[in-house]
Amino acid sequence: MDKILPRLPFAEWIDNGVDWLVVTFGTVFDGISDFLKGIVEGSVEWLDMVPSILLAVLFALLAWFVSTRRIALFTLIGLLFIDYLGYWYPMLQMLALVLTSVFFALIIGIPVGIWGSQQATARKIINPLLDLMQTMPAFVYLLPAIFFFNIGVVPGVVASVIFSMPPTIRLTMLGIQQVPKDLIEATEAFGSTTWQRLSKVQIPLAKPTIMAGVNQSIMLSLSMVVIASMVGAPGLGEEVYRAVTQLKTGVGFEAGLSIVIVAIILDRVTQHAGKKKQGGITK
Amino acid sequence: MSEQIVNKKIEVINTTKIFGKNAKRASQLLNEGKSKGEILKATGATVGVKNASFDVYEGEIFVIMGLSGSGKSTLVRLLNRLIDPTMGNILLDGEDIVGMNKEQLRNVRRKKIGMVFQNFALFPHKTILENAEYGLEIQGVAKAERQAKAKESLGLVGLAGYEDQFPGQLSGGMQQRVGLARALANGPDILLMDEAFSALDPLIRKDMQDELLQLHNDMGKTIIFITHDLDEALRIGDRIALMKDGEIVQVGTPEEILMSPSNEYVERFVEDVDLSKVLTAGHIMKKADTVQIDRGARIALRMMKKLGISSIYVVNKANRLLGAVTAQDASLAIEAGKTLEEIMITDLPMIPQDTVLIDLFDIVSTAVIPVAVIDENNRLQGIIIRGALIGALSGDNQFINNNGTFDSDEKTDTEVKING
Ligand SMILES: Nc1ncnc2c1ncn2[C@@H]1O[C@H](COP(=O)(O)OP(=O)(O)O)[C@@H](O)[C@H]1O
Ligand SMILES: [Mg+2]
Repeated sequence: MDKILPRLPFAEWIDNGVDWLVVTFGTVFDGISDFLKGIVEGSVEWLDMVPSILLAVLFALLAWFVSTRRIALFTLIGLLFIDYLGYWYPMLQMLALVLTSVFFALIIGIPVGIWGSQQATARKIINPLLDLMQTMPAFVYLLPAIFFFNIGVVPGVVASVIFSMPPTIRLTMLGIQQVPKDLIEATEAFGSTTWQRLSKVQIPLAKPTIMAGVNQSIMLSLSMVVIASMVGAPGLGEEVYRAVTQLKTGVGFEAGLSIVIVAIILDRVTQHAGKKKQGGITK
Repeated sequence: MSEQIVNKKIEVINTTKIFGKNAKRASQLLNEGKSKGEILKATGATVGVKNASFDVYEGEIFVIMGLSGSGKSTLVRLLNRLIDPTMGNILLDGEDIVGMNKEQLRNVRRKKIGMVFQNFALFPHKTILENAEYGLEIQGVAKAERQAKAKESLGLVGLAGYEDQFPGQLSGGMQQRVGLARALANGPDILLMDEAFSALDPLIRKDMQDELLQLHNDMGKTIIFITHDLDEALRIGDRIALMKDGEIVQVGTPEEILMSPSNEYVERFVEDVDLSKVLTAGHIMKKADTVQIDRGARIALRMMKKLGISSIYVVNKANRLLGAVTAQDASLAIEAGKTLEEIMITDLPMIPQDTVLIDLFDIVSTAVIPVAVIDENNRLQGIIIRGALIGALSGDNQFINNNGTFDSDEKTDTEVKING
């Protein structure tokens, strides 16, 4: 009963394809790898030059600026607590990994989302790709990433860029498409170009929705840190991973709690940044 | 509207819009004379506008009226090509916009045509001033200049001082003023207004109509005004196009539409019109019998006897109304040897020709002598008899003058409009 159809060697094809890419574009990947590594490690070094207490205060002030005083207070206490537990440096490493990934997810995801919002054909390409990206277990991205970028922080960044990008794309498309039809008509009736319509009306009005996407991307990227540590990305994720493999429940809990604190801070701050001041009326 | 209106500002020639995939097949069926419903059934395509042809003259308010779904919004959007016609030509100042490329079309929209929307369509994230600036902003006009122009047009609609508010902070009526200011700021020749006042409540709506008429009077723009409300159409339209199922069934002045509906559909439409708000003094006045002031009481009395009336108006040589005398006073004057001037009543009820009937009731019912209708130079145009008022309101055509005036040798130089 088996072997009615010959089994197609998908796995082999993919291996061959990846091999070919590695051989052909090796130098390109090396360049990208060095670049990303430079960014992540460079920012960790920079951040580490500031004394932890001062940095916690600075972050708290930043949180106050874009959100509320309560969130700022939580930021301050949370970060000082992480410092107290002794996870300051791994926290910085994780933060650098997450923020770098999110940064690239946004600078790719937002333009793709805008493009998708404008063209039905573009959506026909983008939507299935997004479905694929979101249903594929995050783990799977690690394997080719290792091939292209070796082990360390870079494959972690690449995998989390891919993993965290879909919500930004989807919600950018959604937000822009949700702008009421009569506003679009008004921009057209006054003779706007496509770019004027987008930049002056659609994108500003879609901002809260786009920010919700950014928020989700940050959360997904955070959820990747433990997985990324399996390919050698340093940081809080690595601490958790090591604790799990060595069955150190206490350490695992402490490191996990630190991740949660950072997650809450990033979540609340970005949520508020999205809501703040729409048309002079808060909310 | 005394000036000659001759220039064709917009010409719509055999224009059709069919929505949906089977537009080709649908237009074939349309040519075979199939109805909108039959075409929808056969092809799934919706006929939005069916073979429309009409001209809009420079400086007029052209109203497009019809029930919901009759194709008004589609038709008005064809005029700035927010919707592309399936067939036909649309000329603005003699230039066909159907063949224009994007760049040319953008230019037309920027310079020539402004649009006002039913639900205002203001940008909620921009201030009132920024909203009004929008059209100029996208043309790259320098900030100081465009702000000055936007402020000026906000001033025109009575919104000076609201520049820094946001649309959400204003009432509906005020929001639509912003919509109007935004359209005016570009200085377009043509204004398209799609049910611009339909979302407003009746009192505010009437104010807005008055203000629009005032603005139109001052600025002389060509306005295409869409409405589903006949009263509104009659009130502000110089001419009205009536639509049904995508077709234009009649184009005419308010009087023509009211007095000679071209078919049963129009007739049904105008059947429920509140005549008291539509007909004016001009429609029901009768020719007045007058006596010139230098003729004396004796002649006045003789005329009254001959005509079988109990009072007569006194005018000067230029037909300017001076007063009235009753037969009783005239005979007393003859005995006492007094002149007409000494005995005439000067405290007369006088009304302008465009007063609507509803505003006439009080005056007519309390007046002892027929109410005089005068023009702005105080010249007597006619008189209103109580019976004519009642007769006209009951819809009896014999009491209604066809074009709002009656044939008189004393030709007036102002044409009568339904409204003021
Ligand atoms: N974009 C569209 N796609 C399909 N049908 C449409 C579209 N816009 C309008 N129609 C149809 O065209 C007809 C005229 O609509 P419309 O111009 O909006 O009427 P009105 O403004 O008089 O209410 C209606 O039958 C409507 O369903
Ligand atoms: Mg409509």
